[in-house]
Amino acid sequence: MGMTITEKILSHASNCNKVTPGDVVFANVNKVMIHDVSGPGVMKVFKELEKKGKPMGKIWNPDNVWISEDHFVPASDRVSADNVIQLTKWAQKNGIQKHFKYGFGQYGICHTLSHEEGLVLPGEVYVGGDSHTNTTGAMGAFAAGLGHTDIAYVLTHGKIWFKVPETLLFKLSGKRPAHLMAKDIILNIISDIGTDGANYKTMQFAGNVVDELEMEERLTLTNMTTEAGAKNGIIEPDTVTTEYLKHRTQQKFNLIKSDADAEFGEVFEYDCDKMEPSVAKPFSPENVVVVRELQNTEIDKAYIGSCTGAKLSDLRSAAKILKGRKVRVRTEVLPAAQSIYMKAIKEGLVTIFMESGAVIGPPTCGACCGAHMGVLGKGEICVSTTNRNFPGRMGHVESQTYLASPMVVAASAITGKITDPRDIQ
Amino acid sequence: MILQGTVHKYSKANIDTDVIIPGPYLKIHDHDELATHAMEGIDPEFTKKVSDGDFLLVGNNFGCGSSREHAPIALSKSGIRAILSPSFARIFYRNAIDGGYLLPIEIDENILDQIDDKDKIEINLENHTIKDMTKDNKIYDIKPFSKIISEIVEAGGLFNYNKT
Repeated sequence: MGMTITEKILSHASNCNKVTPGDVVFANVNKVMIHDVSGPGVMKVFKELEKKGKPMGKIWNPDNVWISEDHFVPASDRVSADNVIQLTKWAQKNGIQKHFKYGFGQYGICHTLSHEEGLVLPGEVYVGGDSHTNTTGAMGAFAAGLGHTDIAYVLTHGKIWFKVPETLLFKLSGKRPAHLMAKDIILNIISDIGTDGANYKTMQFAGNVVDELEMEERLTLTNMTTEAGAKNGIIEPDTVTTEYLKHRTQQKFNLIKSDADAEFGEVFEYDCDKMEPSVAKPFSPENVVVVRELQNTEIDKAYIGSCTGAKLSDLRSAAKILKGRKVRVRTEVLPAAQSIYMKAIKEGLVTIFMESGAVIGPPTCGACCGAHMGVLGKGEICVSTTNRNFPGRMGHVESQTYLASPMVVAASAITGKITDPRDIQ
Repeated sequence: MILQGTVHKYSKANIDTDVIIPGPYLKIHDHDELATHAMEGIDPEFTKKVSDGDFLLVGNNFGCGSSREHAPIALSKSGIRAILSPSFARIFYRNAIDGGYLLPIEIDENILDQIDDKDKIEINLENHTIKDMTKDNKIYDIKPFSKIISEIVEAGGLFNYNKT
């Protein structure tokens, strides 16, 4: 019996000829990411270990580590500012060159930088101190989120334990309608399998719809696998992957694919012809209904931001709908990285957004996690391109978030109610 | 290992990390300060109720959501020694084990209805049982840890584990 792409990557990384789901391996790691929340957390782990007489020692490979400042930038208060100072000193002391600093050229949300900057390559094992690290699996890598202790361990040992996950294969076929985005598809999948439907497992996407999706849309699929509890999300690399990376890296990489006789835990077939624009109602990403069921739901805010929903393709999709129209509710657009912001300016997207009445903000995770830069007040209702709608996620515990595609959010901004993009005149 | 303590029960499923320790506190890395905000999203009185060595009894998929290690840290520093649940989200589970903060223990779903809030229980990790001392010492089975998990627990966290 052959191996899936995830099993192959983990077997190579752990120098085993063959792994099967359930095996525990210590996998060598290629790339590690920390940000301004997990970074100080990792530093705290090292401090606690030092107190117990276990000094940190050297970082295994500073060239394979990169840092983003994204959650609390621009600094929301003195504590956040101190965290960035602490992180900067630590990076310098440990010789980490790839530090994407707020206010120094390219910076942005960690998961966006990982693909936008070509930091992670197909076939690699990539771990990040953030749950949405799964995003980068769309590049054909094994990408998984870890906590502070595990990241500290990887930084000093270059490897980490994994239980080899069983793979769930999602075959997406049919002709995808123009108004149907990857976000609609993944919300429907999470609705079917539930927020623990892929717990400890791999979600792999394939089929002609995936083949035809541009890289940034594929990244939305893998990004949201975290919301089904998946260890990783993955898509086999193809010409879309190599084209995307051509201008982003000079490094060589291997295009690992599943064996023809690979064994999947379960195979789910989806016909995308019949799928409709959908939203996840509060307070769970699995609470999914078609948009037209909610068309009288009034909203207070439309949010286009985050690693999930503020890539260039997301901004283009939203701009197509907002062009020449005015927003009726508070609308915020925060490109996911400085480079995407710049491309949006050059393409005229920012002008479209501003003429519609939306405000444009700097790249940050702030509002998505209810931390700063536009949190929701008591009772406020938001329709958002982000990934989570738990109680209090985007602000007050009595606020509500509806998760949707950038097209649905843009259409809703225009009407002030949750709106299917097909219903915009 | 035998542990005794009081149960604090929140039987809701999918208690996520935004509820266990809300986003605005992610910038805090002082463990004692984090503890003062534990479970703030579901029970603002939580930290007043918990004594050192107590247990949580919670619905399935506990700890879903973000990878924030703040979640097991806040619970552990507020006094929680072990969490009983039908299932845990993966990153929460490994953070709890690898950081050596507390013990995530898997139970059968029906136990959730049998044991009540404030019951005094005993968890026996040698013979994989729970004894409900408030209810005539009724015994329930718990799911044993897998090999690697029990070895990391025994070592006291991943940094003390040397069998790589």
